[in-house]
Amino acid sequence: MTAAYVMTDLKPAMPPPPDVAAGWTLARVSGYAFLGLWLAGAIGLILMLYNGFDPEFYARYGPKFLNGLIVTLEIVFLSLLIGSVLSLPAAAGRMAKNPLAAVPAFAFVYFFRGTPLIAQTFLVYYGAGSFHDPLEAAHLWWFFSDPFYCVIFTFSLNTAAYQAEILRGAIQNVGKGQWEAGMSMGLSKLTIYRKIVLPQAMIVALRPYGNEIVLMIKGSAIASIVTVFDLMGETRRAFSRTFDFETYIWAAIFYLILVELLRRLWARLETRLTRHLVRTTASTAKGGQADADVETAIEDPVVTARI
Amino acid sequence: MLRQVMDETLTLLSFGPDGWSDEIASGVIITVTLALATLPFGLLLGFFVALAKDSSEPTLRLASEIYTTIFRGLPELLTLFIVFYGAQIIVRQIAGLFVEQPTIEINSFVAGMFALGLVFSSYASEAFLSAFKGIPSGQYEGGFAVGLTRFQTMRLVILPQLIRLALPALSNLWLILLKDTALVSVIGLADILRQSGIAARVTKEAFLFFGTACLLYLVLAIISSVFLGTIERWSKRGEALR
Repeated sequence: MTAAYVMTDLKPAMPPPPDVAAGWTLARVSGYAFLGLWLAGAIGLILMLYNGFDPEFYARYGPKFLNGLIVTLEIVFLSLLIGSVLSLPAAAGRMAKNPLAAVPAFAFVYFFRGTPLIAQTFLVYYGAGSFHDPLEAAHLWWFFSDPFYCVIFTFSLNTAAYQAEILRGAIQNVGKGQWEAGMSMGLSKLTIYRKIVLPQAMIVALRPYGNEIVLMIKGSAIASIVTVFDLMGETRRAFSRTFDFETYIWAAIFYLILVELLRRLWARLETRLTRHLVRTTASTAKGGQADADVETAIEDPVVTARI
Repeated sequence: MLRQVMDETLTLLSFGPDGWSDEIASGVIITVTLALATLPFGLLLGFFVALAKDSSEPTLRLASEIYTTIFRGLPELLTLFIVFYGAQIIVRQIAGLFVEQPTIEINSFVAGMFALGLVFSSYASEAFLSAFKGIPSGQYEGGFAVGLTRFQTMRLVILPQLIRLALPALSNLWLILLKDTALVSVIGLADILRQSGIAARVTKEAFLFFGTACLLYLVLAIISSVFLGTIERWSKRGEALR
């Protein structure tokens, strides 16, 4: 008699409780207030740019701004490129057991990460003057008397130190078992590095590398202090001639666009390069959106990669 | 010859009338003061921005996202100039309502403190936010269950854990802040870099004095690391020994 256990007088499903009206909580009021503040600020800036619109100003300083932007991009690109090459021996030195390699690498990284970039730039650009005669004799004076070259020199060394640490952190993040597995299969050390360790390390390093590029774009503004006419330098020049605050607003817009573009681009790249780490669930396997999973995969690629 | 160079160098670095150490020492004090003055301002602002980012209210989240996007995206130098010259224009316009032709200059220390505080807070908010995410909601519920108010729960239950979780990131931000203070020398603050720059121009020994400045920043970083290590151990005193 199983039927006796079956409940027959089931209650109909209750309707869900009505939504609680959020009401004007403190969070909500302040949220609207701050958004209003941003909106007011944006309108104020647009009005300021509109009212102060002066075709002559734009005709004169527009092209210079674009030139400055190109110089900024040049500085960033060249420094990152040279820095990435220099970071390889520095990272190798940081990981070396031999103190002859480890100590200089440590000192290099510690110095360039521990002191302000602006002080380093001054040290190279103005400090080179203290060695005018020997540099002249070595036919290097043309290099150190040019602010642009000095900036590239300093920024390259600076970013090399940061990139070395990124690289070291990423490589040491790869588990020891990966090495052991490679060796037990009889692969040479170089092959293990190239085929097993580096690909995994690069995924871990991707995000810090992106941050380093953003830091470099922002840091490149320092070049303007030693009379390089990058975006910031042109801005300062235009401001010193016109005392028009618009110049700084435009520089801010340019820098924000530059950094935001790079951030978006990098996020795309990261999604693309880590797509094999996305765990496909039943819904995503049917071609659905995998965004949520991508997010978790990127946030902790190490953990996901080991699963 | 070498002896003579050494003597001259030591004289330049002495505290006496021919030496520059007293000037540079005053610069060190200014640098440290500026960083210490910026810290509470930036931490407090960063904490509130993190609260806003963690809020369930979408408008508040959006407003705080805009804030961090702007101040993390702008070069620190540009933020500094915008605050310095922008504040000058605003203050002059306000003062212009009361007096004819006001001649007011914004103090570079205050402008630097404000600009660096904005930058620091937007980075600190990220540190606080990820710390907030590391605290399970059971901690809040436990606080409410024993009858604490929201403020008490925050102060007595959440904040002590939050500090521990956010400390490594905040230590890093402090070291960055210390380096960023060097930028304020550009708008005329007599900090380490500016004082050594003056010494370099007068004595024509640029490498010596800028090298000294770099070493001083390194020393400040080392001293900070020691302090931060102590604070970190203190924050972990409640954790079980492993």
